[in-house]
Amino acid sequence: MIEISNVSKTYETGNKALRNVSITIEDGEFVFIIGRSGSGKTTLFKLLLKETEPTSGKIVVNDMNLGKMPRRYVPKYRRRLGVVFQDFRLLKDRNVYENVAFAQRVIGASTRRIRESVPAMLQMVGLSAKYKMFPQQLSGGEQQRVAIARALINRPEVLLADEPTGNLDSHNAIEIMKLLEEINQMGTTVVVVTHSQEIVDRMQKRVIVMERGCVVSDEKKGGYTHED
Amino acid sequence: MRISTFWYCLKQGFINICRNIWFSLASVATISACIFLFCMFFSIMVNVQHVVKNVETTVGVTVFFDEGLSEEQIRAIGSVIGQRSEVSSMEFTSAQEAWDSFQQEYFEGMEDLADGFAEDNPLAGSASYQIFLKDISKQDEFVVYLENLDGVRRVNYSSSAAAGLTSFNTVIGILSGVIIGVLLAVSVFLISNTINVAAAFRRSENQIMRYIGATNYMIRAPFVVEGIIIGLLGAVIPLICMFFLYRQSIGYIEERFQILSGIFQFLPLGQIFPYMAATAMLLGLGIGFFASFFTIRKHLKV
Repeated sequence: MIEISNVSKTYETGNKALRNVSITIEDGEFVFIIGRSGSGKTTLFKLLLKETEPTSGKIVVNDMNLGKMPRRYVPKYRRRLGVVFQDFRLLKDRNVYENVAFAQRVIGASTRRIRESVPAMLQMVGLSAKYKMFPQQLSGGEQQRVAIARALINRPEVLLADEPTGNLDSHNAIEIMKLLEEINQMGTTVVVVTHSQEIVDRMQKRVIVMERGCVVSDEKKGGYTHED
Repeated sequence: MRISTFWYCLKQGFINICRNIWFSLASVATISACIFLFCMFFSIMVNVQHVVKNVETTVGVTVFFDEGLSEEQIRAIGSVIGQRSEVSSMEFTSAQEAWDSFQQEYFEGMEDLADGFAEDNPLAGSASYQIFLKDISKQDEFVVYLENLDGVRRVNYSSSAAAGLTSFNTVIGILSGVIIGVLLAVSVFLISNTINVAAAFRRSENQIMRYIGATNYMIRAPFVVEGIIIGLLGAVIPLICMFFLYRQSIGYIEERFQILSGIFQFLPLGQIFPYMAATAMLLGLGIGFFASFFTIRKHLKV
């Protein structure tokens, strides 16, 4: 469960990115966070990643209070999150298999575990046949699948996706959202920050709308009510 | 640490070196120059120390006593001197032994001339103690002490050789310290630059590692491995050079300047090289480790 209670964030420049935001996301939920540029979505994303600290308020993710978390526990916390970015952030000098395996290697997983779990994960995202290919040889949709496989390989409880379909065409965007829905149905909590009206309307999931650092709407099965 | 993690870090360290091969080579070259100089000064200093040690054990202070003192009285003064902490060993030469030795040396083949002295020992007042010191640098003050002792007539000693060698060693030590210090600073700067470039190359990779939950240790490891490899390579190259150069130089000096062989006994390579190699490797490893470790720290923000 993710509990964001009365969280505010003011940057050193004086910019008030979040104002008293409170959101609760239950285990296994699929949530869209939408809003204009500068509405505070990215700040919220960074706070959940513990990349930045709130000025006030409390954030608890899976019973871990991020405010009281010593820095040495941050890597352990992040292993319980999966992160997907708009620009995929794949390693260009490594093939699909190595990109996914990378997430396990850097946390010290055994070679045996890597050999077992990477092919299974690639099969799940539909890239078994392309495991030897390099990112530049793949389409945008395929690259995002690799990124999702990498995010999920360590079996996180929460998947955070920042504009996961931002660089994809409509067909690939829908395919990626289907994949995220499958992942959600397996029990992973999925939080997607997006601008895509088509995706939000199509998925009919919970939609949280942010504006000027505040939550202005929170619908259980919503559509894209916000206007750019 | 898992063995697979170890190999992974090692491999990434080598990849880092290959990616910035010119920076890496420049760092290796500077460390090599630094460690080569260190090895050179090391061998000079160790050899000079060896010569000083030889001087200390072979050149002693000779004390002569007032005429008229009996051997018992001289031995009593000798036992007082022998209790001094500076004294390493001492040998007593009686007047008769001095005369016997003199005869052997100067009347060889002309024993008849010596017989003319019969029982009259011309060196009757020449009973002496030859004293060897633990540390030759304390010779001057020890001589002052001896000269002020009752019953001591004369003190013979050679001050210039040992003192000269000791001060030469000090100058070499200071000079080498300064040059090695400057080169160390340059080496650290160059390794630091190499690591900075490597970190810039791997910026996105490090960022992904942080998001995935890699520990600082895991992010740092490839860079530290890179620094250590550069440091060790920088130590191995001059050691190989020194291995051949030292042997050749000793051979050359002993052949060309045979007059020196009576004064200087150079240490054999086998005796000096293990210590030199161990120190040089530790130096290379230390430079590589600390320069990379502290440089990469500033690139890490969890």
